[in-house]
Amino acid sequence: MSKSMLNPPKSSKTLEMVQASLPRRKRAERRFRLYGLLSIIAGLLFLVILFTSIVSNGYSAFYYTNIALDIEFDSSQLDPDGKREASVLAGADYDALWKAALSNLFPDVTERLQKRALNSMISSSAGDMLRGMVKENHKLIGETQRVWLPVDDVVDMLAKHKFDSDEADASARVKNQIEWLDRFEQEGRVKKVLNKAFFTKGDSREPETAGIWGAVSGSGLTLLVTLGLSLPIGMAAAIYLEEFAPRNRWTDLIEVNINNLAAVPSIVFGLLGLAVFINLFGLPRSSPLVGGLVLTLMTLPVIIIAGRSALKSVPPSVREAALGIGASPMQTVLDHVLPLAMPGMMTGAIIGMARALGESAPLLMIGMVAFIVDVPSSITEAATVLPVQIYLWADSPERAFTERTSAAILVLLLFLIVMNGMAVYLRKRYERRW
Amino acid sequence: MKSKEKSPVEITFSREHLETVGEVSSKTARIECHKVNVFYGEKHAIQDVSLGVGRNEVIALIGPSGCGKSTFIRCLNRMNDTVPGCRVTGEILMDGKPIYGEDVDVVPLRAQVGMVFQKPNPFPKSIFENVAYGPRIHGLVHTKAGLEEVVETSLRRAGLWEEVKDRLNHPGTGLSGGQQQRLCIARTIAVDPEVILMDEPCSALDPIATAKIEQLIDELRAHYTIAIVTHSMQQAARVSQRTAYFHLGRLIEVGETAQVFTNPRHQLTEDYITGRFG
Repeated sequence: MSKSMLNPPKSSKTLEMVQASLPRRKRAERRFRLYGLLSIIAGLLFLVILFTSIVSNGYSAFYYTNIALDIEFDSSQLDPDGKREASVLAGADYDALWKAALSNLFPDVTERLQKRALNSMISSSAGDMLRGMVKENHKLIGETQRVWLPVDDVVDMLAKHKFDSDEADASARVKNQIEWLDRFEQEGRVKKVLNKAFFTKGDSREPETAGIWGAVSGSGLTLLVTLGLSLPIGMAAAIYLEEFAPRNRWTDLIEVNINNLAAVPSIVFGLLGLAVFINLFGLPRSSPLVGGLVLTLMTLPVIIIAGRSALKSVPPSVREAALGIGASPMQTVLDHVLPLAMPGMMTGAIIGMARALGESAPLLMIGMVAFIVDVPSSITEAATVLPVQIYLWADSPERAFTERTSAAILVLLLFLIVMNGMAVYLRKRYERRW
Repeated sequence: MKSKEKSPVEITFSREHLETVGEVSSKTARIECHKVNVFYGEKHAIQDVSLGVGRNEVIALIGPSGCGKSTFIRCLNRMNDTVPGCRVTGEILMDGKPIYGEDVDVVPLRAQVGMVFQKPNPFPKSIFENVAYGPRIHGLVHTKAGLEEVVETSLRRAGLWEEVKDRLNHPGTGLSGGQQQRLCIARTIAVDPEVILMDEPCSALDPIATAKIEQLIDELRAHYTIAIVTHSMQQAARVSQRTAYFHLGRLIEVGETAQVFTNPRHQLTEDYITGRFG
């Protein structure tokens, strides 16, 4: 081979061809970047639409309309004997008090249907509220006091202007209520207060007393069970498979099956939970215990896979270093490999937990979809969870449940954002470079 | 390095000769290997290697890449056990006892036969913790003061003490490459081993750091048996007393370092050290 073939003289032709191809290459590059940018913009756009729709629908559920009435705690009505006996006070007709106050305000409303429409402006829980006030303070009897009472959910919707005007025109009853509400407003008897019931109560048939606390505590208890089971089991499995298990056909089989399990639709785990935990072991139905067990089954593959990849990313030189000075395999793993893999494992676990928090399908199968009013206080009591609560409310016909659905979604999203933020923080904070 | 005009008549063994040339056993043998074979799955990585390593001796293992020298020293502290599919046959005796016996525990073996790796691999912990880890897990010292003393002597012997004494709680990974490698040596000698295996300890270091490590190896020879794998023939010539030349999984020639470099008896050794391949 001659020297000139190996080192051909520099020709200007090559340069020309390169120059000629440059504009085309630059255009291709710009297009390529543009596609990426467009995808991101599209993604962000959908996110913005989702959030605006949920927030605009849901934020109003965080406050509630109250109306002030001058209630006369009539002693002849409440306590005709004047003995202040608890049983008599509890049995009295408190609804009559606010009904009387209403008719004092609107003396011209006398027709039966109209009167009923007027009375239905106040929440049916108003009587219980007055009963509670009297029980706390007997001195109220005989006095007249201005009391803020929650309105009915339809009136609340009216006050929040969530009714279409067409719909309002269609019903004479709603029309009247709008008029009365205007009068209350003119007299300064309307105010919007923080909807405490929404944050402190369990589910209810009445939108104004329906709260999310039952679902939040149900979710909390369920996740507690899931975390308590899936974290230790998942970590132990990941460590064993990655660090100790021999590489053979059996471990390959296990690996394939774990990957398969991660892809199994979650409702299948629900059926499994129903068959095994409830029917076979007889654990209480609808309970966070069973829910947690089912979600553990679902989360385990995620935690194992994340844990294994975290362990795999620890450089082998660290293991060699430890083994080389005579550390036992367990010391090597516990002292060196695990601390380095921990952020990755934790990130995987948190993301698994976040997935479990948002899961509803398997829980439907084990009865957590039941209508449960009480806030659960232990893992064996019947409970529901946030996503199922959203499902239940989305199914309810009352208009007020629409905003509660969105509000519940907001709460769920908040939890998810906090959890994912924690995962990102852990990854950034403890990520090591070597 | 050998000069070109050396006459080829001194080469007594042709390239086809695959038996080891030279005296394989050491007079003061501490480690003796007999017919060691290593397989990685189907691959026959080392074939019939017999070699003795003497007391207070530095033996250099040289040879082209992939010739099995790293594999060989990793047999000596059974680090090959960690490689899946690796099988070792033959006999390796340490002070007369087989190290591949059924009842041999690798933990005390590795405490006795320390290893320094090609790439400096300090633990991502403090300098102190790096050195203290070995003595602590082996229970060599029981007091904090004792541990501090071991750390100081180890770092002093590794020639690192003066550079790091004010920042013992800084991470070991923050040191320079040469310092990291000396930290790894300090970590190895903190366990007070009898043999130190070094797998190309200077391949990632600059010449100044390399000179420091070489000087250190020379000093450590007084207390330890050292086997060092190196790609640098100058380094082998500088630090070792004996040299073993590996070629395609076979031990081709062993001898006094001076003899191997100035007067190799095997054609393959001659080819390698004159730079005809490798």
